[in-house]
Amino acid sequence: MEIFLTYLTVFAVGGTICIIGQILLNLTKMTPARILVSFLLAGVFLEAVGLFKYIKDFAQAGVTVPICGFGSVLVKGAVKGANENGLLGAFLGSVTAASAGLTAAIVFGFLFSILFSSKNKS
Amino acid sequence: MMDKETYAELVSRTAPKSKHFSTIIRAFLIGGLICCIGQAFADIFAMAFPYLQKDEIASVVTVTMIFSGAFLTGIGVYDDIGNFAGAGSIIPITGFANSIVAPSMEFKKEGIIFGVCAKMFVVAGPVIVLGILSSALIGIIYWIF
Repeated sequence: MEIFLTYLTVFAVGGTICIIGQILLNLTKMTPARILVSFLLAGVFLEAVGLFKYIKDFAQAGVTVPICGFGSVLVKGAVKGANENGLLGAFLGSVTAASAGLTAAIVFGFLFSILFSSKNKS
Repeated sequence: MMDKETYAELVSRTAPKSKHFSTIIRAFLIGGLICCIGQAFADIFAMAFPYLQKDEIASVVTVTMIFSGAFLTGIGVYDDIGNFAGAGSIIPITGFANSIVAPSMEFKKEGIIFGVCAKMFVVAGPVIVLGILSSALIGIIYWIF
């Protein structure tokens, strides 16, 4: 029962974030790139003011799988670095925390673009 | 002859209104589903590798989701998901992977350097630049205060 409730929350929160994005797409003619950047910066902002932690405790993957989770990881790393290593840590921290995701994006991005070719749209 | 404004008004009057509502429902369903898949990966990895820390599991999940998004883009399935789900497929991290693979696959004929490697970051570039820039600034602010 508890696991069902967890997944329901994940579904509802993740879906709601996507609804906000879809409304922006429909009403403002924003490009997908702008949508991605906006949600990333929303994650950055929520982490910076300390709210993201509470949403994450509540919604788990519902808020970490959307791109806001990536923004949150970057800020969390930078703040942790700044607390431990001062100014150098602020520079080291963000990419260190997000290194797995960034590397995966580049490695698999490169690999699959080499392996596959786009379908001809007819 | 119709002038531009009359035509625009005619289009906005005759274009289907219900489309707006159905795109929102589809974004909700697919976006929620992708997040649940991420949660399932997290739960499975936590059970399979009990010695991993919580943030290490989060990293493994991110890598898995990016792999899936990139692979599905490669075989052409993510395009179909995108047509159906709109923002529901853009905002999850799989959409970030899609935004890397789709343009670099499309511009492959321009070569490895200027095609694949450069076009990879057409959408992901701004995301990475602004993400690192803003988080570094916040880190510096934390260091000052």
